[in-house]
Amino acid sequence: MIAFLIYKTIICVCVFGLSLGVAAYSTWWERKFASFLQDRVGPDRAGPFGLLQPLADGGKMFFKEEIIPNVSNRFLFILGPSLFMITSLMTGAIIPWSKDVTIGGVVYPMQITDINIGILYLLGVASIGVYGIMIGGWASNNKFALLGAVRASSQMISYEIAMGISVIALIITTGGTLSLREIVAQQDAGLCNFVYQPLGFLIFFICALAETNRAPFDLAECESELVGGYHTEYSSMKLGLFLFAEYINMFVSSAIMAGFYFGGYNFPFAHEFYNAIGLAEGSWLISLIGFGCYFTKIFLFICLFMWVRWTLPRFRYDQLMNLGWKILLPLSLLNLAITVVVEYFRGNIHF
Amino acid sequence: MKLTSRSKVVSNKEQSFSESLYLPGIIKGMSITLSHLFKRRATVKYPDELRPMAGVYRGQHVLKRDDIGAERCTACGLCAVACPAEAITMESAERKKGEEGMYREEKYARIYEINMLRCIFCGLCEEACPKEAIFLTDKIVDTEYEREDFIYGKDKLVEKMTARIDVTKRQTKEVIEFKKLPGLKHNELFDGKSLNKGKKH
Repeated sequence: MIAFLIYKTIICVCVFGLSLGVAAYSTWWERKFASFLQDRVGPDRAGPFGLLQPLADGGKMFFKEEIIPNVSNRFLFILGPSLFMITSLMTGAIIPWSKDVTIGGVVYPMQITDINIGILYLLGVASIGVYGIMIGGWASNNKFALLGAVRASSQMISYEIAMGISVIALIITTGGTLSLREIVAQQDAGLCNFVYQPLGFLIFFICALAETNRAPFDLAECESELVGGYHTEYSSMKLGLFLFAEYINMFVSSAIMAGFYFGGYNFPFAHEFYNAIGLAEGSWLISLIGFGCYFTKIFLFICLFMWVRWTLPRFRYDQLMNLGWKILLPLSLLNLAITVVVEYFRGNIHF
Repeated sequence: MKLTSRSKVVSNKEQSFSESLYLPGIIKGMSITLSHLFKRRATVKYPDELRPMAGVYRGQHVLKRDDIGAERCTACGLCAVACPAEAITMESAERKKGEEGMYREEKYARIYEINMLRCIFCGLCEEACPKEAIFLTDKIVDTEYEREDFIYGKDKLVEKMTARIDVTKRQTKEVIEFKKLPGLKHNELFDGKSLNKGKKH
């Protein structure tokens, strides 16, 4: 029991640190990547290649004056960013980071917890995340913040439907399991799910952009219309939490996409490769290689997020709603219908 | 919804099917940004890295000293006359005995000021100078907080003996050759006691 607790604590701390570290360096890489796309150099003053930039940014955030507006609801004002941060960190709990490690006959899964309704948990926690924005925007007692919050919540609700339906199609192809661990493990031998669900992936990716409030769907913080959107009134580290949580969300949704559609820690000819270098199942080295593979995929997805952000202009609000309700929703339903028919003929669905 | 009867559609071109999908357009845009990932950065990291400057770059002025360190300027005022921005003022004084090592000629500039805010860095002072005393250099004028600080006096303009400034790049070959001619007033050198007329050096 003690050993179990220690193991869980270690893995929790690791995932926590990993999420924060990746989020911190995503801010750096975002700026670097953006500058590369624009033929610039980007931050390069703080440390080699500007690698200490996140520390400098974080330090700046900490030392900024903390302003809580008098007319705001103080409790909710503080609750907003906290909730947003907590929910974005919580989603990392169900991601299977790598293959199990066997030490002394005991199997240690590289995952905080494997819930058999993992996907539901994910969608649930992700939708709680918008409460952080809503509460923060409302508690600021500022019209711009409120509008930003309303935009964020309606956008989340609109895109969650298409996302949910595309996930249903995915679940049908993976044989009805809702556990992330099993979905990733299933892609171990055969093809990754992207091959079966290309349209589903496209819909999921667009919805993930919208869910994480990333450009071109960052209407909630549209500075040309809403000053700063839902975080207009925020300053100091509370603003930092909002911005930081967005990067954690990006990291987690990249991890989920890589897991759902691109096989997570698996890579083509993994078994042949492991056999060739003589590694047995359950070795920590296999786990490490798997983690490296997963992380590469996540990194590429994060790059894709940034690439999209620095290419596409922001949507107009009615365009956003049109895309969500009139295009993505029918498209995901079509994808679901096609999936059902195809899977029926493949013999995976029984009535 | 038509809000007014006077509204007009500016362009009646219908979107084609591929345009209405937006995906080809998005992919095109993204390939453009991706191609920029591999392009050369235009940035020059300025304080670390300097863009190559022309040898005749016209920056901050210097009042040259001659080989033994005497100021060449004789306060003739031709530079001030030539100056289209009227940035140069000076006041002359007579050289006293024993100051031969400090000033090359009998008359020298007691005060010599250039207002760097007025100066347009045209280089006409350099051209007008008969004594090869004033030159523009490739140094860029520093920023200051007060306007007064931009009026550079002799303390900032006169060349330091510890940090001589090479201006040979600013002179044409012909000028350098001409300067070497013996017998020119130009080449009279002060050896510590008296002027060494016509001595080749």
